[in-house]
Amino acid sequence: MAKTLDHYFEEMQQTRVWRSIFRSGTGSSTLKRALAIQQNVFLHLFSTKVRTRILSFGATWYLGTLTFGTFLILVATGIPLMLYYYPSVPQAYSDTKDLQFVVSSGLFLRNLHRWTAHAMVFLVFAHMFKVFYRGAYRSPREFNWVIGVILLLITLFLSYTGYLLPWDQLAYWAITVGSNIASAVPVIGDKIHFLLLGGHAVNANALLRFYVLHCMILPLTAMFFVAIHFWRIRKDGGLYDHRSEPPPVRVKNSESAMTEAK
Amino acid sequence: MAEVKKGPLGDDLNRRQFFTKLGLGSLSIAAVGTAAFSYQYLEPNVLYEPSPVVNEGKPDRYPLDSVTLDVNNGIYIIHSQEGYFSLSAVCTHLGCLTAWKPELNIIACPCHGSKFEQSGKKIEGPAPKPLPWKRIWINDDGDLLVDRSTEVPALARDSFVKV
Repeated sequence: MAKTLDHYFEEMQQTRVWRSIFRSGTGSSTLKRALAIQQNVFLHLFSTKVRTRILSFGATWYLGTLTFGTFLILVATGIPLMLYYYPSVPQAYSDTKDLQFVVSSGLFLRNLHRWTAHAMVFLVFAHMFKVFYRGAYRSPREFNWVIGVILLLITLFLSYTGYLLPWDQLAYWAITVGSNIASAVPVIGDKIHFLLLGGHAVNANALLRFYVLHCMILPLTAMFFVAIHFWRIRKDGGLYDHRSEPPPVRVKNSESAMTEAK
Repeated sequence: MAEVKKGPLGDDLNRRQFFTKLGLGSLSIAAVGTAAFSYQYLEPNVLYEPSPVVNEGKPDRYPLDSVTLDVNNGIYIIHSQEGYFSLSAVCTHLGCLTAWKPELNIIACPCHGSKFEQSGKKIEGPAPKPLPWKRIWINDDGDLLVDRSTEVPALARDSFVKV
């Protein structure tokens, strides 16, 4: 049975339709395998070749990949949630309650969205700690660290804007307090506060603005920087492997160093 | 051999450089204009926010030496020996709604623990400023009105209204 399925699959790969979609073709030569990566729009951002040891769990703990995974889950759960949620003052709270208690699988989608959002913030920090303590941020990867910091800020701002959307007391006061922190910026603080909320207080305009930021502007910005972030991994010499560093020079003590010098 | 013709201003621009500069210049002007219009677009011109002036009803609703919180409008109506006055109930720290604690005779903020006297003066906590006083007056129908957008000096004679 398995053999026949393989046979059908191989036959399908030879068809003109298949070859018009996947140009690299089949085969196990190094070239063919490299082309399979290089000619795929999603995979071409990555290196065509990697060492297997850098793909081991210990090298990265897969924290960056897991973070990206949570982002994909958030997109996949967030879009269906938008179908039942109106970002308006009279409806937002009751829509959120409907999602919890009335809509089929609404409770599951909303809770998955919420818990994954928490996980994403945790994983972003874990990823950054791992990169920092491994020293993987150093040259030539400094710029990718900077992009990582931008992605951290986008992640936090996504969390913050999503917080307002249930329009309950917790959300309302959290956004009141949070947006007042923006007012503390010297000179232009009050202007930022006004533009962020679209008014002087957390109200209908603020809800709509946060909704648009949460569902459109910030996810698109995140995708843009994630693409650069992944592409830079390849351009900066692949995933960082601390074993590729020259062995550390250790001087036991000053006396032995002196005798060796003589 | 094409020779660079000197323009009337004596510069060394050839035709290509001139049009490049002209093109980039107009694009920059257009970019500045777009930025300005975008900024204006993001700033709402009309706000459908509640009026800053609120009617707080007849003065006799408020007994002498009482502090009454109007939760919806975020102000206190205080009937003191000197007269009626109104105080913002919005904490000057990060905008939480404060509450009157009659057993302690203080106004306290639930968020970060700022405490205020009945006159709005800060006792302790992270609040950077005292609670501001709001303009209060009595209209022709004998109702107390408060303008939440106008601050008046604390404890000043004109900041009270007498009935």
